[in-house]
Amino acid sequence: MSKTIVRSLTGWGRTAPSAARVLVSPTVESIQRAVREATEAGVSSRGVIARGLGRSYGDPAQNAGGLVIDMTGCNRIHCLDAERGLAVVDAGVSLDALMRAALPLRLWIPVLPGTRQVTVGGAIAADIHGKNHHSAGSFGNHVRSLELVTADGSLTTLTPEDDLFWATVGGMGLTGIIVRATLALTRVESAYFIVDTDRTANLDELMALLTDGSDDRYDYSAAWFDALSTGARLGRAVLTRGRLARRDELPPKLRRAGLAFDAPQLFTVPALLPAGLPPGGLANRVSFSALSEAWYRKAPARRRDEVQNLTTFYHPLDMIGQWNRAYGSRGFLQYQFVVPFGTEDAVRRIVEQIARSGHVSFLNVFKRFGAASAAPLSFPHPGWTITVDFPIRRGLAEFCDRLDEQVLDAGGRLYLAKESRTSAATVQAMYPRIDEWRKIRAAADPGGVFASDLSRRLELL
Amino acid sequence: MIDAVGNPQSLLLLGGTSEIALATAERYAARRALRVVLAARPSPRLDAAAARLEGVGATVMTLPFDAAQVSSHPETIEKAFADGDIDVTLVAFGVLGDQEKAWADHTTAVELAQVNYTGAVSVGVLLAGALQQQGHGALVALSSVAAERPRRSNFCYGSSKAGLDAFYTGLTEALRPCGIRVCVVRPGFVHTRMTAGLTPAPLSVTPEQVAEVIVDAVAHGREQAWVPAPMRFVMSALRHLPRPVFRRLPI
Repeated sequence: MSKTIVRSLTGWGRTAPSAARVLVSPTVESIQRAVREATEAGVSSRGVIARGLGRSYGDPAQNAGGLVIDMTGCNRIHCLDAERGLAVVDAGVSLDALMRAALPLRLWIPVLPGTRQVTVGGAIAADIHGKNHHSAGSFGNHVRSLELVTADGSLTTLTPEDDLFWATVGGMGLTGIIVRATLALTRVESAYFIVDTDRTANLDELMALLTDGSDDRYDYSAAWFDALSTGARLGRAVLTRGRLARRDELPPKLRRAGLAFDAPQLFTVPALLPAGLPPGGLANRVSFSALSEAWYRKAPARRRDEVQNLTTFYHPLDMIGQWNRAYGSRGFLQYQFVVPFGTEDAVRRIVEQIARSGHVSFLNVFKRFGAASAAPLSFPHPGWTITVDFPIRRGLAEFCDRLDEQVLDAGGRLYLAKESRTSAATVQAMYPRIDEWRKIRAAADPGGVFASDLSRRLELL
Repeated sequence: MIDAVGNPQSLLLLGGTSEIALATAERYAARRALRVVLAARPSPRLDAAAARLEGVGATVMTLPFDAAQVSSHPETIEKAFADGDIDVTLVAFGVLGDQEKAWADHTTAVELAQVNYTGAVSVGVLLAGALQQQGHGALVALSSVAAERPRRSNFCYGSSKAGLDAFYTGLTEALRPCGIRVCVVRPGFVHTRMTAGLTPAPLSVTPEQVAEVIVDAVAHGREQAWVPAPMRFVMSALRHLPRPVFRRLPI
């Protein structure tokens, strides 16, 4: 039964809480009714936004004083067509659930982010990407159609022919409530990867390896890099690249169970960390330097054709539940940007500044992006993307502002699904097609009923 | 909205000519585009305050506000929120008064209590409602180290701040579940217009130092802050001194 409760919400970074009425266990009808009521109430309603599993780091799935629709209750997989490779799912279905259902039919989700704990609706709204962006594009490229509850409360089916479809892809939920989608899945023979590992001495070596033509031979490619070492070791990295294994490539033992997938959760970080822990949690220069050193050392300098399972290759963090709590009560932010090819000097300068900043980050990702999508607000663009996590502490605000300037100067942009602190002017300069998006959005929702803390903070509407 | 590192988009200063309030607004305006609502008694000083903030790039609106006229407060607070959300509110008004006059003269004593305590409670209740409505925001109340233990030399002021302090400390708990953060700031001796001519106490600070602490407290969701920080330990020690010792101290 649908009902509304008042709840204080944050994103995955556990910063900037705000309270909203949350509609739980919604049905398509109750969503339509809620949207219609909010539209009729006008500005006093403070709008509506959908929320999935809350994995965005900042505030896109919060709506202070307004209505938040908890889509995780809409979680039915309606149809999995093995022959045509199509899935029809509710927006609240998690990629984890979809993967478990699709694998026995030899179907694979074409775009997987760093966690499977995201919903299909959220994946579309943030136009997420994975390690295979250079070969497969972003999530929106694999959506065949979607059903959207628009501002007047009606249910519209959109396909890639529609402008509103592409405004919804990457549109951060601000065009309406996605309730259902048809996805094109790819065929696989196993849930294992054939992986090549290369350890590089520094960032330059890494970028050279990613541009010598070898990267195009792999479907999946991403590097972890050390964001604390400087000098000759600046940005030393472990690059892992691979592709899904064919059945005949697996060792006999795995052949029979090649489609079974093992996703162990080893432990969950408790809500209350041991007393006496500093507000920054477990993150500090000593612990992260040691961790980075160990992570780098344990990787082989060069290894070929290793068989790895999904968790090892792709989702190591899914082994730890609620890992965001390790950053302590002040929370943390994730800084992800992309800058175009040809701005390698800026990339080097930024990594150097991070290493010298005193702000520590361990979960660092470096990746080469492929072609951009047709969606005006889609994040991925051809170039280099870097992701770092910083615990919130003094001086971080100013430091990130300085990084913003350099990203913008280099013609780059920040990822809205991770963003939690930039200025409205900066983000609007980073997304040159924002006015095109605004026009399509405003035509579908003239009263601005779809709104979030993100849209208010960055003045997106 | 207040972002993940504590930058707000809008600010309401109740006591809009307070030097601490203006220093706080300047700090915020240096980081992001800022809309400021200055609420104070109309005066050339208020105009000067508005001009000062416009000079650092803020968009400023002024509102007539008299802390002692509690019946006018509902309208004032409604107007303050009329142009959009208020992310950070500073309750920064207050009078120091002439202590010797204040405890001996009925009118002076009552006025001091009405401005510093009744006025603060009046806006506190209204702000709590407005912030709950918008579902987010931070509320900062300027208390004083004088609230910790009454001294012979300024107990009228101290008692009014003690009342304010207790009210906003309780409000912190009441608003916590709603995602609204309240912070009680307790500065020591601050060099301002209000204290001009007085001999500075030890550990005295400037309005800019208080502003720095306020910005930091909002950014990290702190619920209580002392300025300077060591004041916490000084006052904790003083609080537990036996009266015969305490009254002999030259404070």
